[in-house]
Amino acid sequence: MELFTNQVLAGIATGAIYACMALAVVMIYQAIDHLNFAQGEMAMFSTFISWQLMQWGVPYWGAFLITLIFSFIGGIAIERILFKPLAKAPVLTNVAGFIALFAIINSSAGLIWDFTIKQYPTPFGSAPFLGSQLISTHQAGMIGVTVLLLLGLYFFFQYTRIGLAMRAAASVPESARLVGINTSWMIALGWGMASAIGSIAGMLIAPVVFLEPNMMGGVLIYGFAAAVLGGLTSPFGAVVGGFLVGVFENLAGTYIPGVGNELKLPIALALIISVLVVKPAGLFGRHIVKRV
Amino acid sequence: MSAVEDVVTEAPAVEAVPKRAMTLGTGTSLVVLAALLIAPVFVKNFIIFQMTMLLIYGLAVLALNILTGGSGQFSLGQSAFYAVGAYTTAVLMEHFNVNYALTLPIAGVVCFAFGFLFGQPALRLSGVYLALATFALATAMPQLLKLNFLEHWTGGVQGLVVTKPDAPFGLPMSQDMWLYYFTLVVTIAIYIFAVNLLRSRSGRAFMAIRDNEIAASAMGVDVALYKTLAFGVSAAITGIAGSLGAIAVQFVAPDSYTITLAISLFLGMVVGGVGWLPGSIVGAAFIIFVPNIAEGISKGLSGAVFGVLLFLVIYLVPHGARQVAILGQQLAGKLRKN
Amino acid sequence: MTTLLNVKDLRAYYGQVQALHGLSFSLNEGSLVTLLGANGAGKTTTLRAICNMVRSTGGIEFDGKPLNNRSTESIVRFGIAHVPQGRGTFTNMTVEENLQLGAITRKDSAGIVSDIERMYAHFPVLKQRHTQQAGTLSGGEQQMLAVARALMLRPRLMLLDEPSFGLAPLVVRDLFGILGKINREDKVSILVVEQNAQLALELADQAYVIETGRIVMSGKAKDIANNEEIRKSYLGY
Repeated sequence: MELFTNQVLAGIATGAIYACMALAVVMIYQAIDHLNFAQGEMAMFSTFISWQLMQWGVPYWGAFLITLIFSFIGGIAIERILFKPLAKAPVLTNVAGFIALFAIINSSAGLIWDFTIKQYPTPFGSAPFLGSQLISTHQAGMIGVTVLLLLGLYFFFQYTRIGLAMRAAASVPESARLVGINTSWMIALGWGMASAIGSIAGMLIAPVVFLEPNMMGGVLIYGFAAAVLGGLTSPFGAVVGGFLVGVFENLAGTYIPGVGNELKLPIALALIISVLVVKPAGLFGRHIVKRV
Repeated sequence: MSAVEDVVTEAPAVEAVPKRAMTLGTGTSLVVLAALLIAPVFVKNFIIFQMTMLLIYGLAVLALNILTGGSGQFSLGQSAFYAVGAYTTAVLMEHFNVNYALTLPIAGVVCFAFGFLFGQPALRLSGVYLALATFALATAMPQLLKLNFLEHWTGGVQGLVVTKPDAPFGLPMSQDMWLYYFTLVVTIAIYIFAVNLLRSRSGRAFMAIRDNEIAASAMGVDVALYKTLAFGVSAAITGIAGSLGAIAVQFVAPDSYTITLAISLFLGMVVGGVGWLPGSIVGAAFIIFVPNIAEGISKGLSGAVFGVLLFLVIYLVPHGARQVAILGQQLAGKLRKN
Repeated sequence: MTTLLNVKDLRAYYGQVQALHGLSFSLNEGSLVTLLGANGAGKTTTLRAICNMVRSTGGIEFDGKPLNNRSTESIVRFGIAHVPQGRGTFTNMTVEENLQLGAITRKDSAGIVSDIERMYAHFPVLKQRHTQQAGTLSGGEQQMLAVARALMLRPRLMLLDEPSFGLAPLVVRDLFGILGKINREDKVSILVVEQNAQLALELADQAYVIETGRIVMSGKAKDIANNEEIRKSYLGY
């Protein structure tokens, strides 16, 4: 029983990483209706920026803040320059664009900072949290930040006018234009916010997985899986999905015989797909009825 | 119309391509065929090998095109079917001494069954959910091939070496050239099959599902059957491509068939034009040659250069090579008028 | 009376297909004008062209200022509220959020709060349902919500696309009564597109009849309603 509790706790700790990434995924999905495959790479690049700033002597929180602003502006710039021209192109062409962006960012980061693994500091320390060996203060801090972020987003979307406008633009773009909302800028704003959230995720994850250009590969996949599991229409669902995936992954690794590190991912995905077969819109997603 | 919640008339994710627009005219086809037949006589063996790979990837892109362009289902799991085809051939040839040509239909049947079965749970999923499911398949496949209890057959991480066949009947041509012509014959046969499939009753059913699933089922199309059938056919063709690929590179190993391959095939389909079968070969050319070109331009930044080139292509022709073909046709039409 | 909306030689296209063939009409400040015509005559296209939601050429002037080549959202900011066909409800948001969205371009928060109360006075049923998801409202209620949402802009001109579509006759009577009241009391000019010609003519001051993308008839609503020949050949009642 103690093994079980411990594994669940450890799962929640890694789940916080996925939750953070899933939140970024859902943000951009809400704004543009696509899954951005380059989201992880954008987060990785942001994290490198913060690392570079710290190398230059900027204190942690200063670097954190500058990176946040940089990522927000960067996200908007990417949308305006690269994806706005593709707004009328077919969906699959947009997906190809995400893959291209992935390649560009990954390769540039490798050239600028090379592919060696780098240490990344944590502001929360890494002592055992409340005496537990499985969850460190950093992981507890990560969970705390994720929850704060979720509350902040909830407040933003529920109680601010700009949040309301963004929701409107995402749900019925034509009607949104008819009440005077500039939907095109709402999409750019969505990119900016998703990019900023992604950078927070990156900076929180880096102390755990270490900093290198390919650090986000696995994380993004789990983030997608978490977002899809929770329901792509629900930021809350994404966070719950993230924690669930973390727990799934850990329990599968512990209890299913023959599951090494290599098979954890396929098994977690298979489990998620089984859930989706039963609940196609995800656990917390709104079911959308289609008509002819 | 009253009190409906979140009811949307969704535009199909894949553009509707009318079935006549999916193929080439007879004249153009013959010109392309002649070029493919004559070309190997004039070039070196390495280039012949690359042309063989072009045809093989062309087949794999074609298979994805039937699934996505034809029936509107999206797959990031094509690398898994490709791997199953490749391993079927490798195992049959090396463990059972089966003739290489015979392994192709066997690989096709095995992959058809695999794809058809995989299509069952996939029935409940669409769009990003289907993408995730197929993605899971693609990431699982290399790990499954490495499993201990299969190692006797698959060779584990090491993989298997495949013998390259000689030209039969003492024909005076190199192994590479023979394999090229062999692949060409298989490719043409499958291409003709695919064109006819899409023009048939089943093809119309695929397209009806692609354009509007609910309407299609209301018209009496057995949606479940045809969706899984599309998966099966696509998997079978991908599997045959995998078999040919195994013979051509003389080697199979789990890490040759990762998600990267599936993504490449996807890019090939977009660049060639979703739903335009002849575009498959153009897309295959893009995914084989452009990474090399990118590496030639800058070794350190080859990924970035590739990304930029890809962006250029999708800006200029968001509908892929199909768009170029349509523009060419319109231009030809205008010239004829003048 | 000043001219509020002046449309000259309007031509609109869907891809290669031309839907409007040089349409001209005008609307005076404070008036209620109706565009009548059969299915496919180009009524909806006319409204969509005014808001630049379809490719068009020709002159569209609002209060003396040209609207051509402006984005839909900036045209709205001139004070033109468009209630689209199918109502365009934000189905997954609450009734109150829908109303707030109507006023999203306004800056006076106090005015918005009082306007929401005013809408609840006009449409009491919306007050009862103000926390409910808008998608759960009935068709008639959604139409009222759409009109209320448009009014939240404090528009000078309201464009209504087939407000009677799919509604029970009694609900339609109610709705048209409210539209008349809004026109008289709030001084909102209204351009309404209708298939229910009889009802629209009762309400309107001025009417235009469209056929295959051209104006074929115009005049005082009363005169058109009383002219049996026009009624028989164009309006079908």
